[in-house]
Amino acid sequence: MNLFCIGLSHHTANVATREQFAGNATAESIARDAGCAEALLLTTCNRVEVYGVSNKGVSTDEIARCLISDANRNPDSDAPVLYRYEDNKCVQHLFRVASGLDSMVVGESEIFGQAKKAYESARTSGAVGPYLHRLFQRAFRVAKQVRTHTDIARGAVSVGSVAVELAQRIFGKLSKCKVLVLGAGETSERTTRALVSRGVRDLRVSNRSLDRARELAQAVGGRAVPFEDWAAQCREIDILLTSTASEAPLLTSEILAPMLWQRLDRSLFIIDIAVPRDVDPSVNELEGVYLYDIDSIRSVAEQSLELRRQQVAAAEAIIADHVTEFIDSISRGLNRASQTPEQSSLGENPLRASEL
Amino acid sequence: MERYFLIASTFCFLVAVVHTVIELRTGMFRPKRFNFLAIGLGFLFQTAFLWIRGHELGRCPITNLFEVFVFLAWSVALVYLLVGPAYRLSLMGGFTAPLVLLLQGFALIAPLDTPHSVTVRANSWLEFHASLSLVAYGVFALACIAGVMYLLQERQLKTHQLHSIFYHLPPLTNLFAAITRLLWWGFALYTVGIVSGFFTGHPLPRIQVIAAVALWLLYAAILQARHLKWLAPKRVAALCIIGFSAALVLLWGITFTAELHHLP
Repeated sequence: MNLFCIGLSHHTANVATREQFAGNATAESIARDAGCAEALLLTTCNRVEVYGVSNKGVSTDEIARCLISDANRNPDSDAPVLYRYEDNKCVQHLFRVASGLDSMVVGESEIFGQAKKAYESARTSGAVGPYLHRLFQRAFRVAKQVRTHTDIARGAVSVGSVAVELAQRIFGKLSKCKVLVLGAGETSERTTRALVSRGVRDLRVSNRSLDRARELAQAVGGRAVPFEDWAAQCREIDILLTSTASEAPLLTSEILAPMLWQRLDRSLFIIDIAVPRDVDPSVNELEGVYLYDIDSIRSVAEQSLELRRQQVAAAEAIIADHVTEFIDSISRGLNRASQTPEQSSLGENPLRASEL
Repeated sequence: MERYFLIASTFCFLVAVVHTVIELRTGMFRPKRFNFLAIGLGFLFQTAFLWIRGHELGRCPITNLFEVFVFLAWSVALVYLLVGPAYRLSLMGGFTAPLVLLLQGFALIAPLDTPHSVTVRANSWLEFHASLSLVAYGVFALACIAGVMYLLQERQLKTHQLHSIFYHLPPLTNLFAAITRLLWWGFALYTVGIVSGFFTGHPLPRIQVIAAVALWLLYAAILQARHLKWLAPKRVAALCIIGFSAALVLLWGITFTAELHHLP
């Protein structure tokens, strides 16, 4: 019985190559065409991987032929981009993938959901048997443990998520926060949506074009504020998200400082994603004001990534323990199955006895 | 014999400190029950020490600086155990344990445990006054700890330098709410403690009274400024640290003058 993983990812192939492999193949078709006892296909924007269990040796080329979408293409020319892991290396690779260690953004959690979806799809089609079932269930457990016991998923790495993370570190629950969105561009819309998804209810949108402000306000469930009135809002709001095309700073210490006296006990979080900047950097020196421009947001994202990278060793240690334990448990199952022939007759696959 | 309980208690707080430091350094910190349990166990040992010492003395064991420091450490642990779960402030235990360790460690190492030649008999008012004031100090200590956490978090947000601890500290708003509540609780207890001091039946040294009232006025001013929104949260947090530092100096002074005047 041979367990293997054959695939390609952002580490080994560019997007154009990955696209060729992300064709119409399914776990079921791969199992049938390559003659595998079990198969599972994991396809994401960054990887295409086949996990298989077979009694006979399945070559990388065979899997490549199953995957490739262009029938006329010679899969041999793509062989170098494909990697192959077997047995414990395969187990380790899957655990790393499910935990987000092999992702482009280390620690991202989307891969966990994608792996679950791939597993469900293969299970429904009957391509997954006891071996892959056990392997993937363990992989999900490992991924959860890695997330819970390390800081691998800590910190935000995109503008929207950094804004939300910082806002939560200042205000806690965002449901009572008043947010003013100044400038109705695409990035501010995305960031606003991220804030709304975390519970922000009081949203005001101001833009030079009142129609565009109304449009965004309607889209995110807020209300439009005339552009000439935006500064006065700073007396009330908790979060200011600004991204106008103004050439000169719109908000300076001289404008903001007198308003702060009326709200001395409340913090003001300013996210300035405009270039050139809408808010004068000296505003950050005012008490209770936390100003983050696009560079400082990027810096926070970088720090988060660095923090995640520092966690890789701890995550690898957890994974290594699970790989050993998993391989041992499978070996014990195989030994038991070989010692009791009557049990192995329960199914074609000797592993099945140990899984039942 | 009772000293062993104190050593065991100090060890529990040391374990909580080491555990927090290791978890923070490895990035594996999770707001688990470990710190709460370690502090809880340390508190039980502290209680056992104070109980035995109290029985030996036949009174509340706050007769010398050693006992006062232990009683204060006990108050800090007590207040943490009472408010910690309610306020749900991550890492509060991690910050409380070092303070208790410092107070108790200092009490154990420094030659403070000298028999006190008390000439005035303790009465229940005097014991109530002293013990309640020390519990109030414990609440002020927790406000000070929350203040330190606030300033640490605020500094990181202001400078855009976010370290691993940033993701484990509570939000600024929650910390400030906790500071405010702790200040009110501490102030209320301290007020009752001071007022009860006038019923002890003993003339207290003038310097003690002046210093205690000065501290009361300091906390009253902080709370008034907070109530009227005259102070930014950062300054309130800083004043909590100043206030508790002043309280510690005052406590030393009170105990010292009490020993001079042979008061209990």
